[in-house]
Amino acid sequence: MAKEYVTTREIAGPLLIVDHIEGAKYNEIVQIKAVDGSIKNGQVLEVDGDRALIQVFEGTAGLNLGGTRVKFLGRGVEVGLSPSILGRIFNGSGVPIDGSSAIISEKRMDINGNPLNPYARNYPSEFIQTGISAIDGLNTLVRGQKLPIFSGSGLPHAKVAAQIARQAKVLGKEEKFAVVFVAMGITFEEANYFMEDFKQTGALERSVMFLNLANDPVIERIATPRFGLTVAEYLAFDLGMHVLVILTDMTNYCEALREISAARKEVPGRRGYPGYMYTDLATMYERAGRIKEKKGSITQIPILTMPEDDKTHPIADLTGYITEGQMFLSRNLFQQAIYPPIDVLPSLSRLKDKGIGKGKTREDHADVLNQLFAAYARGREVRELAIVLGESALTKADLIFVRFADEFEQKFVKQSEYENRSIEETLDIGWRLLSIFPVGELKRIRPEYIKKYLSRYTTFSAGDTKNAD
Amino acid sequence: MKEKIGRVVKVAGPLVVAENIPQAKMFEMVYVSDKNLFGEIIEIKGNKASIQVYEDTSGIGPGEFVYSTGLSLSVELGPGLIGSIYDGVQRPLDELRKEYGDFISRGAYKPALNREKEWLFEPVVSKGATVKTGDVIGKVQETPVIMHKIIVPSGIEGEIISIIEKKKVTVEEVVARVKTMEETKEIKLFQKWPVRIARPVMKRLPPINPLVTGQRVIDAFFPIAKGGTACVPGPFGSGKTVVQHQLSKWSDADIVVFIGCGERGNEMTDVLMEFPELKDPRTGRPLMERTVLIANTSNMPVAAREASVFTGITIGEYYRDMGYNIALMADSTSRWAEAMREMSGRLEEMPGEEGYPAYLASRVASFYERAGRVFILGSGKEATLSVIGAVSPPGGDLSDPVVQATLRTVRVFWSLDAQLAYARHFPSIHWLRSYSLYVDMLSDFYKKEMGEEWIEIRQEAMKTLRREAELQEMVRLIGIDALSSKDRLIMETARSIREDFLQQNAFMDADTYTSLKKQYRMMKLIHLFNKLAAHALDKNVGLDKILSLPIRIEISRAKLIPEKELKKFDAIEEKISSLFNTLVKEVENG
Ligand SMILES: Nc1ncnc2c1ncn2[C@@H]1O[C@H](COP(=O)(O)OP(=O)(O)OP(=O)(O)O)[C@@H](O)[C@H]1O
Ligand SMILES: [Mg+2]
Repeated sequence: MAKEYVTTREIAGPLLIVDHIEGAKYNEIVQIKAVDGSIKNGQVLEVDGDRALIQVFEGTAGLNLGGTRVKFLGRGVEVGLSPSILGRIFNGSGVPIDGSSAIISEKRMDINGNPLNPYARNYPSEFIQTGISAIDGLNTLVRGQKLPIFSGSGLPHAKVAAQIARQAKVLGKEEKFAVVFVAMGITFEEANYFMEDFKQTGALERSVMFLNLANDPVIERIATPRFGLTVAEYLAFDLGMHVLVILTDMTNYCEALREISAARKEVPGRRGYPGYMYTDLATMYERAGRIKEKKGSITQIPILTMPEDDKTHPIADLTGYITEGQMFLSRNLFQQAIYPPIDVLPSLSRLKDKGIGKGKTREDHADVLNQLFAAYARGREVRELAIVLGESALTKADLIFVRFADEFEQKFVKQSEYENRSIEETLDIGWRLLSIFPVGELKRIRPEYIKKYLSRYTTFSAGDTKNAD
Repeated sequence: MKEKIGRVVKVAGPLVVAENIPQAKMFEMVYVSDKNLFGEIIEIKGNKASIQVYEDTSGIGPGEFVYSTGLSLSVELGPGLIGSIYDGVQRPLDELRKEYGDFISRGAYKPALNREKEWLFEPVVSKGATVKTGDVIGKVQETPVIMHKIIVPSGIEGEIISIIEKKKVTVEEVVARVKTMEETKEIKLFQKWPVRIARPVMKRLPPINPLVTGQRVIDAFFPIAKGGTACVPGPFGSGKTVVQHQLSKWSDADIVVFIGCGERGNEMTDVLMEFPELKDPRTGRPLMERTVLIANTSNMPVAAREASVFTGITIGEYYRDMGYNIALMADSTSRWAEAMREMSGRLEEMPGEEGYPAYLASRVASFYERAGRVFILGSGKEATLSVIGAVSPPGGDLSDPVVQATLRTVRVFWSLDAQLAYARHFPSIHWLRSYSLYVDMLSDFYKKEMGEEWIEIRQEAMKTLRREAELQEMVRLIGIDALSSKDRLIMETARSIREDFLQQNAFMDADTYTSLKKQYRMMKLIHLFNKLAAHALDKNVGLDKILSLPIRIEISRAKLIPEKELKKFDAIEEKISSLFNTLVKEVENG
């Protein structure tokens, strides 16, 4: 029976300082009983001699100095695991909230996990078809990748993530897959949107959900994603499943981290976020991946809403520095009623190069992708110039680029929420759009592919622009 | 060798404070708790020592024992380093996986150099010879391309009283004995060196030769010297890692040390899967046979990340001391600086700018100072160690303290630009912001290798790019129509330089590496076209006529001409000349 301490000396924000303790260990969990008998959970952040600093997941409301009883449990935060975890819903601290009983675990794991040995990793290279052209065509996702959605408040990131979860598949394979959904501080409505969507597509039985909603304890959010990722590792590497992990909203997670850091009076980094936030985020994002000689995989789609759509905000910035690319949602496209409003220019999938091409998507994919990017980038640039100077200031060649940029947004990027395009369809749309350029402009496509593919689409814009210059 | 004992009094993340460690020394290695967590003393105050621990400290608490070793944090140097992958404190990750599984568990340990593997040792001195520090006493063929020289460790000078014959030995066997003034010293295939101390050299020299990288924008405009230093700052996704991978693959160094410092695991896997397959263009052998990898990824313990750059550079210096040219990449030095910041914060040191410790700049400087062109101890031969560090400033903001500290030290600045990266102009090295302070020192080399003309063509190209920026400013204000034909030609030539020369696709086989010779031919095509076009304009040939010449497509595809078929450039050059001849004649003949 662990000893109970009533020696709380200080309560500050989400933190407790307890004196005269014996044998406390760094990172172990503690149980805290308030005077009214309610129980809270906490974790040791620092031990200094006989004094421990504790973060309280449920917050310190209701705790006082005299009546608070603190018990050290001698272990880290753990999660119980068994195959029956699929289909279950938990709160942000891993307690079932779906009305069924607790799972009978075959195995318990510390939610912090251990770092994956870089030597054990297998390089992600299997193309995942999401059915969304802006992703498949230009920012291709592969199995085992971590590819966040950089969004802003009010933008349809939930729809995009749900569409990916619904449509994602690896071509020519039927394999065991699962979805781990982690909610951090999002509204009930948003969480419910995912739940309903999973229900309708039958994905719910293959999902595990951890829900810390907007009105749930803030500090609990520090642990929630780690529960989810530990389950994902179990499903992927013990049970051999392909796991898609959706983490939403990382912004709320980071704010919880900041709150603790501020309470600890640490030297703040940029905009008050702690200096170790990069490392903290990395210990989660790096849990995506594949392992040599193992079947399963973990693909992560973290979602974050950038405060003021600012991508240099530390949350977006540090995420971008860790993940393998990012998908940007654009308010501008959204306002033009373009769904999905993915801005392909700042978006990037860094692992695309190994996931596309002959035998994976199509031989011409890389070239088409490069050409589409280049043409759209130029089109956007010229379009902005036209806003300043007027269209009359543009050359004929420039005008084609502007037209291309418009059509690219309307025909390539835009699609419906339930439209599931094959990669061939996506590439074909790309070629059709490119066919408005004189061949000489298609510098990024190998001549043999131009010969092979372009002829299929030349009727598209015959005459008018082709020979214009 | 664990004996003397102290006790833990405080645990705060990777920082552990211990009391009463007998004769605690700065940078001494210690083991914390019976879980054998490996750490290093980084501060001593009274009877208290602060230890940065290279493993997760969860479950550690006051009262546990701390065992001191009396040794400084050191690496093992000997055959077997090449082709290995180590963590930041030189634990062999492949061996760890064999022993402990896919995840790195705490207290895991394997020696850096395999103790069972046998190497064929061949002596090069005989009994009775006198030797001193740095002298080579024997050699081992470590990989088909690397002859590993067994050098007399620091501080040993005297007469060889025994040396074994050519035979297979393990790293721990004694291969020679040296009688020094005081005692007899044993020499094995491997030695140890404390990572925080630079290995000594005979003499330091200014660099004179370029590290040829096969990357056009670097070799042509912003070259780094062998023995030089460079930094690659840029926002996320701008191409820092790709630049460093490209340099690891294609630069003409003998040995490459790549340090993945607080970055992605998959990037190390990428190297591990690719390098054994890729062939060094000079030796035809797999690149892995000249590469040492240090991987302390972002999810691995942060204190070991701090040590990783020193582990890497010490290994680099060791091979330099055999007379080789080493290229070392550190990706990313910002993560290293952040690790320093985290430890400094936990030590409650007075924070400097952005919370970084006040000693940030001096640490950065002393790291890059270990680069250089030198005469090595012993033979006095020339060898070089070049250091290239990525920097990852928040938001890409170059006023970041780590960028600023780095720029004060390094001589080459490859400034990666987010706008260029968005437009998929790679490498996104910005031609107006970047610089190399080696250009003048290296010009003799370029003159000799590529001819006087190269220097001129290159300067003119840079001038064109500068002029383009000014013209673009004008176009933005008043539109392209306001430009004269001459100026529009400059814009077109600049575009051609950017797209047909500077842009280089790392993932396209024909484009990923370009020899100096081919770089020259490519640049000359653009130069020639521009020269003849300007001449044609003078002769009243219309600009539209010039710009619609189909030969321009061939210029833009010249990057795909294989290295073995450089003759094809002759044909294109001839075609350009004759096309312009015709154009001018047409006008002259009305
Ligand atoms: N020379 C190149 N050729 C083709 N593509 C490139 C090149 N350089 C960079 N890229 C593209 O840019 C992406 C990002 O590059 P890289 O990973 O090197 O960025 P980084 O600056 O290291 O980012 P981070 O700071 O997040 O690590 C690559 O995945 C690749 O798609
Ligand atoms: Mg990188």
